Amino acid sequence: MSNDLYTQLASSLLDGDPDATEALTRQALEAGIEPMAIIKEGLMPGMNSVGDKFSCGEYFLPDLIIAADGMKKAMDLLEPELRSRRQRVESPGTVVLGTVKGDIHEIGKSLVATMLSANGFKVYDLGVNVPNEDFILKVKETGANIVGLSALLTTTMTVQKEIISELEKAGLRDRVKVIVGGAPVTRGWAKEIGADGYAEDAIGAVQLARQLVSG
Amino acid sequence: MPPLKLSILDNETVEQIIEEAIQLLTDPGIRVHNPEGLRLLAEAGAALDSPSQIARIPETLVRQCLASAPKEFYLYNLSGLPVVRYGGDTAQFDPGSTAVSIYDHSSGAHRSPNTQDLVKFVKLVETLPQMDAQSTAFICRDVTERIGDLYRLYLALNYMHKPIITGAFGIDTWWVMWEMLAVVAGGEAELVKRPLAVFDVCPTPPLLWSNLTCQNLIDCARKGVPAQLVSMPLAGATSPVTLAAAVVHHAAESLSGVVIGQLANPGSPIVWGGAPAAFDMRAGTTPMGDVNTWLIDMAYIQVGKSLGLPTHTYMGTSDAKLLDFQSGLESSGGTFLAALSGVNMVSGAGMIDFLRSQSLEKLVLDAEIIAMAKRFIAGVEIRDQPIAVDLMRKSAHQANFLSQPHTHRWFRKELYIPSEIIDRGSLDAWQKKGSRPATERASDRVESLLKNVPPSSLSEELRAELRTLTACAAQKYGMDHLPPLPVE
Repeated sequence: MSNDLYTQLASSLLDGDPDATEALTRQALEAGIEPMAIIKEGLMPGMNSVGDKFSCGEYFLPDLIIAADGMKKAMDLLEPELRSRRQRVESPGTVVLGTVKGDIHEIGKSLVATMLSANGFKVYDLGVNVPNEDFILKVKETGANIVGLSALLTTTMTVQKEIISELEKAGLRDRVKVIVGGAPVTRGWAKEIGADGYAEDAIGAVQLARQLVSG
Repeated sequence: MPPLKLSILDNETVEQIIEEAIQLLTDPGIRVHNPEGLRLLAEAGAALDSPSQIARIPETLVRQCLASAPKEFYLYNLSGLPVVRYGGDTAQFDPGSTAVSIYDHSSGAHRSPNTQDLVKFVKLVETLPQMDAQSTAFICRDVTERIGDLYRLYLALNYMHKPIITGAFGIDTWWVMWEMLAVVAGGEAELVKRPLAVFDVCPTPPLLWSNLTCQNLIDCARKGVPAQLVSMPLAGATSPVTLAAAVVHHAAESLSGVVIGQLANPGSPIVWGGAPAAFDMRAGTTPMGDVNTWLIDMAYIQVGKSLGLPTHTYMGTSDAKLLDFQSGLESSGGTFLAALSGVNMVSGAGMIDFLRSQSLEKLVLDAEIIAMAKRFIAGVEIRDQPIAVDLMRKSAHQANFLSQPHTHRWFRKELYIPSEIIDRGSLDAWQKKGSRPATERASDRVESLLKNVPPSSLSEELRAELRTLTACAAQKYGMDHLPPLPVE
């Protein structure tokens, strides 16, 4: 019975049917299956398959996003259950991210936020046109270990540099890894401004974040 | 004979697109993050939702503004001649602008461009008859980014003779750029009479005018400087994934731009332009050399033409990272389709890597494509009556046309003959010349063209005046010395 449900849960993520993922998660809980087992045996294998299919070119970004949405719906049901059992899913890290001030580009940043969340990171998405001090305050408040700064304009790229030096001034630089992204941003630029990492896309950003928190 | 023309939508669809775009301007309305823009719209009868800065534009206002927008205008060169026609189906080309990198074919590097690079580029554009206008092609990284926009125009004005497609990155810097143009044109009134430049103004998808772009649009209109609306819905990301829906989205943003511009100054020149793209669902990028993007482009151009407005697009560019099969394929496809669509200004030549990188070598390669496309849309003309009977009878069954005066008289007019970039020799001849690819021949051509650059017509006084304007702006942003101009 539970094996069948696990398979169905994974399939619902692969099929891009968040309502089914939610219903199956509820069904599994009602059947008395442990929330941690639902995650480890059903949801995570499903998400991993989606990621693999994306990597080999069979799946595309909308498939990733809709699977992440299903994952989120399931976690919304599972988290209270985990809390009541005093359990928690091991999170690889906490990320504060946003698009820097003067820049209102949203897609890339939101894609990174979605993919990090779907991979277990705790994500605080500050939105777009974010004042520098908001990044600093949120890092302090959440104890985040990663800050993600997105800039899509050549005129706003320099703000990434400003924020890095403000993190230094606030004495937070040693505590957080800074990752930068956006269309005009390159590996060279990341190095020049003293960021800790740069990735070309959202999947790369997840790998980068994992590397940074583990090493 | 009018140029060959390709349309991809039927009339009912075009009408429905315009109809739906107008509906979007009332609900959900357009966001205008600019106080003057909001005021203009409110005074003209748009309903404002102040906290969210949303204006709901009634259809009557849209129609009124469409009626006052000019159907045609010209850009003038520095000799005061009308050389670019914005209107009708005249297809013209300029290099893609605002690259953040320069691609150097010989080293394969994408690097930061500087003053020397832009000057060289502007000179190269002057030598290429396929380029109808200049563009402010690079952002030079040897000056502070705060003057990045006006510095490009400063350099171009020093070396150009053709008109220019440009744009501002700031509200203040727009005024410096306008002043430079007025200086070169011989005064504010002269600049209105004979515009030298068009400014790109870009709404932000979906349905937003930022403070900066809206102010640029208003300032252009007030000063009678042509503004080019560059709406860029991203199908599947900032816009619905269905191509027709992205065209509706484009039309709504563009109509709102026409309204704001015409309210600021009825009759001011405005262009129905764009740089939409179909979001790449694998890489999350904005491919410009993509067949889906081309369909959106051609559809919105047809919509603009049905409204009687001059048109612009970003086509004929490539997303490849070097000069290869992909760059040739994408640039050719886009260039031919744009020419066949009768777009008044096609921006993109020289560019690769999603409008990020400019390349001198690619510019001369693209010039070959543009020349072929221009020849193609000129079509097949009837030169003799009867067409062939007399000519064929005179030669009877002899294949001796090469030696006939008729051939000598017509071959230059009838046959487009490419530069030596396009290899039409035998295998043996090609091997004797070193078995080199077209990209290497392009490098040679860049060098040889740069040896024959027509001199700038700008007087020393005007050059000095431009330098003062630029130096003042630079000082304001903490830069005391401008890089020197290259020695002539």
